[in-house]
Amino acid sequence: MTMQVLAVDDSRTMRDMLRLALTGAGIEAHLAEDGMHGLERLDELPPPDAIITDINMPRMDGFGFIDAVRGRETLRAVPILVLTTESAAELKARARAAGATGWIVKPFDPESLVRALRMVAG
Amino acid sequence: MTDPMAEIRASFFVECEELLEVLLDGLQSMEDGLADSETINVVFRAVHSIKGGAGAFGLDALVAFAHRFETALDELRSGRLVADGEVLRLFFTGSDILADLVRDSRDGNPTDDALVAPVRADLEALAATTAVPEADTGVIDFQPMALALDLDLDAPPPPQADAPVWQIRFRPEPGLYESGNEPLFLIRALRDLGALTVRCHDDAVPGLEAMANPEAGHIWWTLQLETTEGEAAIREVFDFVDGLCQLDIEVAPGGLDLPDLPQPEPTSAPEPEAAPALAAPPDGGAATAPKPASTPPGEADPRAAAATPAPRATVRVDLERIDRLVNLVGEIVINQAMLSQSVEAAGIPPNSPVRSGLEEFLQLTRDIQESVMMIRAQPVKSLFQRMARIVRETSAATGKEVRLRTEGENTEVDKTVIERLADPLTHMIRNAVDHGLEANDAREAHGKPREGTVSLRAMHRSGRIVIEIADDGSGIDRSRVLDKAIRQGLISADSQLSDTEIDNLLFLPGFSTADAVSNLSGRGVGMDVVRTAIQALGGRVSIASTRGKGTSFTISLPLTLAVLDGMVVRVAGETIVIPLSAILETLALGRDDVRSFGPSTHVVGIRDRFLPLLDLGAELGFRAPLEDYADQIVLLVGQEDGSPAAMVVDAIDDQRQVVIKGLHESYGRVPGIAAATILGDGQIALILDPIDLVSRAHGCTRRPPVASDRIANVQTGRDT
Repeated sequence: MTMQVLAVDDSRTMRDMLRLALTGAGIEAHLAEDGMHGLERLDELPPPDAIITDINMPRMDGFGFIDAVRGRETLRAVPILVLTTESAAELKARARAAGATGWIVKPFDPESLVRALRMVAG
Repeated sequence: MTDPMAEIRASFFVECEELLEVLLDGLQSMEDGLADSETINVVFRAVHSIKGGAGAFGLDALVAFAHRFETALDELRSGRLVADGEVLRLFFTGSDILADLVRDSRDGNPTDDALVAPVRADLEALAATTAVPEADTGVIDFQPMALALDLDLDAPPPPQADAPVWQIRFRPEPGLYESGNEPLFLIRALRDLGALTVRCHDDAVPGLEAMANPEAGHIWWTLQLETTEGEAAIREVFDFVDGLCQLDIEVAPGGLDLPDLPQPEPTSAPEPEAAPALAAPPDGGAATAPKPASTPPGEADPRAAAATPAPRATVRVDLERIDRLVNLVGEIVINQAMLSQSVEAAGIPPNSPVRSGLEEFLQLTRDIQESVMMIRAQPVKSLFQRMARIVRETSAATGKEVRLRTEGENTEVDKTVIERLADPLTHMIRNAVDHGLEANDAREAHGKPREGTVSLRAMHRSGRIVIEIADDGSGIDRSRVLDKAIRQGLISADSQLSDTEIDNLLFLPGFSTADAVSNLSGRGVGMDVVRTAIQALGGRVSIASTRGKGTSFTISLPLTLAVLDGMVVRVAGETIVIPLSAILETLALGRDDVRSFGPSTHVVGIRDRFLPLLDLGAELGFRAPLEDYADQIVLLVGQEDGSPAAMVVDAIDDQRQVVIKGLHESYGRVPGIAAATILGDGQIALILDPIDLVSRAHGCTRRPPVASDRIANVQTGRDT
């Protein structure tokens, strides 16, 4: 089975890079533009193997998104990696409280990202 | 397909332009008094996204600046800073510098740090005045992902003889499972570091009936890892679960064997049954309850959903593809014309199905062409934002307080037109601020508001785009312009010029001198260059000025550079196309309409005025001027100043859409000729630039500005 990953980021460039990094590693990438859009995508998709999300986004930010994902019964165990330029401890604590699995600081190295994904999602 | 990273990089810079636009929009809203948290957030995110992308491409200078900018904006976001005039001015300047950095990064040019550094320092200072020291206490609950795991996942390294053996005790807490972590994967990651021995402790697992929460962490592991990677590498595996488990890592005493683990299990042991706790069915009983769902799915933040509509679906297309489409549509237009001609030639009756089918085809062709043009159209907003920057810079350089008012920012214009308008507009805006507007004190002395206003408006008007640049400055000092023009020998000393004619002197090439700049509000600076640039776009520029009130320039442009509505005329056996937009009126000359005046000058009386005839055939060198112009056709062509000129042709053939085929690349700029086209019968015809032609006219219809008035006076005896 191809690994399925939902990546949520409001930057088109970042989505393009994520798509490239993921598909390059044989992972099927689903993309969303913000938290709200991410939830919509999750409505359409079978539960992905992992979720990557940005924090600063319009409409619904990463915290709200993680919180909402964890609120869904079928998605409670899906690993969520936060991918952001932020690195303040306070923000990390918030992400963790919301239910994030891990935190990766941008800019990301595609190989490391994929490695982290494989580590949290098998 | 080219290098995907290069493509993403290119699209990043496109995105940057959009983000810069969003940024400027937001700042403008703030300046207009709308500094709500969403506006601030939007501005913050724009800079944040530029920083994020720039980091991905290693654009360090851009990242560094964006970071300072972002930090300063974060102060605004947190309410520690108020967006007053001073702060906003700095943010505007910051946006300009950010735009420079983006464009220089894109084009691979170095950015002058002398420009960047002071602004960067100002932004830093701004943040420093309010910022509380970052509360990074060193208590890190989860770390950035380890980057050192560059091992082949499929082939764990063989154990090395002298590798130290680590003993790891790993006991997950409930939070570990709740955050989507999975012990199995951690154990696999450890296996990648070296030879791993796993022992699972399931003695604390309660019976099914007693297990309330299978994720409460009932099982734990002791692991032995033989690796040369070191403790840091092992800890990195546990980065994401730091604080979510009990973890002890130490060098195993006495080598490989653990006291409680005499029989090492194969490394594959944990695979299927490593985390039985996860698989165990939930049941009533002890332990902690699962984390309650804090937000029902699907309604996480309905307010946010209502506030902003979902972004419209768009597709990004390579410009080359669109241009190809534009060319193809051009070919269809030509083809359709040829077909019409063939149908005509075949003598097919007007009501036949072929004719009506062709009618529909014509309509469809027009629709397709319009739709294709719409793809290339862009709002002038980006152009206006660039002009806003020119105003800011010129205002700072001259020390004049200036407000820019824009209107019609969403007016759409062909992309190429927008690009090629930037230079002339920049010139005109600079002139308006630098020379059009008076100094603030002088304005006050004249009872005007201290702050000068430059306005920039765009609108559609009868199938053309009109852009107006106006200032509320002192207007053109016509006596000085006249004086200057006479002294420079551009006009004769006894010339009697109308106000409009005087204003138009500013467009004469010889007129722009440095001396004139200071004396006449610099209205002449490079205006001939501006006019040439606009004419090259098939546009015209006109000027209007009121002493003491200000000056306005009006640029009128065709909607597209690809197709135009033309009148096909015949002169001396040649077929020529004249843009329909230039033609005010057509009329057939009767014997009494033409008077000759002097040896080679004919005039035509049209209502209450007399116009010299411009013989197109003679003007273009197709034939000698005619002796008699009776029965010829006259086209009245509107000039820059609005007055008509009369152009004589032999006959009007047709009125139709023609595809513009540029001549500039092959022949350079040909005076009086705008472009060429291919007609329905495959014939190539020139498209005239009538206004240029009239202004350059010589020979039988030379019309010095004064002469026509004099002619009119001479001819007043004629009844009208």
